[in-house]
Amino acid sequence: MFSINHILEPKTLKEAILYYDENPKLKVIAGGTDVLIHLHHGKLEDVELLSLRKINHLDEVKLQEDGTIVIGAMTTFSTLFRDKIINQYISILAEASVSMGGPQIRNIATIGGNICNGAVSADSAPSLFTLNAILRLESKKGVRMIPIQDFYEGPGKVKLLQGEILTHILITEDNYHEMKGKYIKFSNRKAMDIAMLSVAVTGQVEDEVFKDLRIALGVSAPVPVRCSKAEDYAVGKECSEETIKKIGELALSNARPRNSWRGSKPYRQHLINVLTQRAIKEIVFKGGGKDDEKN
Amino acid sequence: MMKKINLNVNDKHYAIEVDIKESLLDVLRDRLHLTGVKQGCSVGECGACTVLIDGTPYNSCIYLAMWADGKKITTIEGIEKDGQLSKVQQAFVDEGAIQCGYCTPGLVMTTTALVESGKKYSDEEIKREISGHFCRCTGYQKIFNAVKKSLDE
Repeated sequence: MFSINHILEPKTLKEAILYYDENPKLKVIAGGTDVLIHLHHGKLEDVELLSLRKINHLDEVKLQEDGTIVIGAMTTFSTLFRDKIINQYISILAEASVSMGGPQIRNIATIGGNICNGAVSADSAPSLFTLNAILRLESKKGVRMIPIQDFYEGPGKVKLLQGEILTHILITEDNYHEMKGKYIKFSNRKAMDIAMLSVAVTGQVEDEVFKDLRIALGVSAPVPVRCSKAEDYAVGKECSEETIKKIGELALSNARPRNSWRGSKPYRQHLINVLTQRAIKEIVFKGGGKDDEKN
Repeated sequence: MMKKINLNVNDKHYAIEVDIKESLLDVLRDRLHLTGVKQGCSVGECGACTVLIDGTPYNSCIYLAMWADGKKITTIEGIEKDGQLSKVQQAFVDEGAIQCGYCTPGLVMTTTALVESGKKYSDEEIKREISGHFCRCTGYQKIFNAVKKSLDE
């Protein structure tokens, strides 16, 4: 038995926003794979839930005419993994989606829940950071668009204002056109595990030169981070073994990994360096660069 | 708070009142007495409580009973036909994929969903699709063999 006192199940977003405005104490529930577990463990008690599960069209992926990919916050990881648009244009997000939990969890857990939960290990975050994803938040006051890089505040904390609900995740065409991406999740088990460290790289290689390169890390700081120093260094440089090595080293400068039972700080630092290089080599290979860069 | 729901379980229609605090697992086991659905970790990690909801595998321990309103649920009790084991059940028996049996109902349900999808699965894909189930006896090889056999024929 879960300690639930009341549950509201609005059928429209408008209705949900009104309920939330009237009662800011409501706990929003999407797939429930975090909320119900917190309830089971007693971390949450006597809650009044606001379920978004009955709202139509919030679980769809769409490609707008201007090339923007719009992902409904209630889209499950299984849907993302199989979705045609995602696989064609931002396959890095499909890779990240299938790395999360196990099949039964992916069948119900949503990308919006994953983001709003604010976990430093959120599998969706690093990829979305490299895609410069924009979050669409809606409250009674109106709509707010915020880059995902500005959304995370600390472990388990995100910058949702009172009464705000995450409705969609947007990725504009200039952030994926001609780009290749790679997500590497490092964990003790291949499934049903939380990342010890994760790296996402999105970039464009032209004539063996890095035209664009974005690197994001998970479980490397209190929030997911972009490696701006390494990125700035990379752009315009030839994608040689030497450059990639230097990028790996520079990736550490934006990271503040900590010791935990899942992995020590020195080990995480080592992983950041090595996995960043590995992910870059993967996109160089995908982008038609030198074959020997693969090894 | 109670809520009236209509659901179909193993091709039988039920109109019942459920508490909003209850999981689908609670209702299936304690109200409908379908104890083939096993309670393991209760937090969506072990997969023992897996049932099919409209054909898709879910962990019933972290699925609110009231969400099952209007859904079709299939449990291990619902897949034998006229006393005959289903193809998947028979494959698990034939391959010796069962020891204590606690993980078996969940694994059989997930495998049933794979078979009913009509898709082909590589060995790696099979491993990925059954990765949401923990077995503490068999070491997984025999389970993998049983899933492969279920999909082969």
